[in-house]
Amino acid sequence: MSSTIPSELRYTETHEWVRSQEDGIVTVGITDYAQHLLGDLVFVELPEAGRVVTAAEGCAVIESVKAASDVYSPVDGVIVEVNELLADNPELINQDPYEEGWILRIKTSADMEGLLDAAAYELIAIDEDEDEEGSLTNSKLAG
Amino acid sequence: MAKRTPLYARHLALRAKLVDFGGWDMPLHYGSQLQEHHQVRNAAGLFDVSHMTIIDFPGPAPARALLRYLLANDVARLGPGKALYTCMLNDAGGVIDDLIVYGRGETGYRLVLNAATRDKDLAWIAPLAERFNASWRERGDLAMLAVQGPEALAKLEAVLDAETLHAVRASRRFHAVEGKDLFIARTGYTGEDGVEIMLAAENAPVLWDGLLAAGVAPCGLGARDTLRLEAGMSLYGSDMDETTTPLVSGLGWTVAWQPPERDFIGRAALEQQRAGGISQTLIGLVLEERGVLRSHQTVYDGDREIGMTTSGAFSPSLNRGIALARVAAGIGGGCQVDVRGKRLPAQVVKPPFVSRPL
Repeated sequence: MSSTIPSELRYTETHEWVRSQEDGIVTVGITDYAQHLLGDLVFVELPEAGRVVTAAEGCAVIESVKAASDVYSPVDGVIVEVNELLADNPELINQDPYEEGWILRIKTSADMEGLLDAAAYELIAIDEDEDEEGSLTNSKLAG
Repeated sequence: MAKRTPLYARHLALRAKLVDFGGWDMPLHYGSQLQEHHQVRNAAGLFDVSHMTIIDFPGPAPARALLRYLLANDVARLGPGKALYTCMLNDAGGVIDDLIVYGRGETGYRLVLNAATRDKDLAWIAPLAERFNASWRERGDLAMLAVQGPEALAKLEAVLDAETLHAVRASRRFHAVEGKDLFIARTGYTGEDGVEIMLAAENAPVLWDGLLAAGVAPCGLGARDTLRLEAGMSLYGSDMDETTTPLVSGLGWTVAWQPPERDFIGRAALEQQRAGGISQTLIGLVLEERGVLRSHQTVYDGDREIGMTTSGAFSPSLNRGIALARVAAGIGGGCQVDVRGKRLPAQVVKPPFVSRPL
């Protein structure tokens, strides 16, 4: 599977991407690789702005036709904004995972050094590809 | 290694997402499960269902006597060219499998069973067939394609000769037409009009190509599952299994109680259950707010736990979470479903969730 991994972003092992801005606010979404594996997204459960989160804490839930998956906060901080468009248009994550399909913004004082760069994330995505389904399992199907 | 249908190379060429299903490498989708779902509801879709188990019983007798004992529905109702949906039960009335049996007049009967249950089905049927002195043959040499959707019959023009096409269009739902090389049944698992076509495996790729060229969209098992759920059709292993009877699975209508003198496997257990009162029922649930229902979620009526979802999905047609649930009998209009620790209100409905003029 070929998927896009922009070099200017940072990543987590759990398939979130992070874009940092100068004002200490980071934008978070899920990677192109992750949306491919999940399949069509049909519902996004967003947190309230103002919620305090710690790194690796579940802060949103995305549901595809196959399964529900947590989105984990990449950093410690406070959620300052969520992408309200996703409530009615969860498919934005499939169509444009790095721009229109962003999920939330976090105000943080953490630096990005603890996160993966594009090259390191690519190794994880390749590893899981060879693993077949990785942790993203299929629901039971008709037949 | 997983088994492959005669269309495996076609799925690879179309870049299908393949998954293991009941020991078979099958297409989950060809890019977008949602688009494939809508394609079937609005136009026509093509499914490779060659993994399903096909068994022929030459007949009519003694196959007729065997099947009247083996199946909870009654093949005595089955004229030539007609199809019947039925459960195959164990002695306790539990469902070993659900299947379609086709009457073929002097030729006998054809059964289409689930792929994932093949081994246990054959192990169950073989000794009974022997007892009834009925011969049978598994048709691993056949492939099966489903063409489903409001435009399905129109699209068949591209691949059928005029005579066969006329016969198919003149046929009614749950009837089959047999040509020289094709067995075409007006059946399906989507709630839409359409056909299921059985044919020699070596001829399947040409038929597949012809239908795609006519504009029928390839669809995977993912869309097949949401389509059947919207249509309120049961999935074996989820909505019923060997621990549940048809009477608590929304399948009481498939049990032929008449004539009373017909003995079939499971009958005594079902009669006992019926006499004692049916304590559970299979209902439809529609989530009142946005969200997705899944199988194995607990259903509440206020504080009281009343049952469990057996199948659940996001309904692309309704834009809502829907589910089938087995709950205590006599539940009213509303309930709540535990979705990841939150109790979400759901409306109780009688399936199908989506019904089509047929």
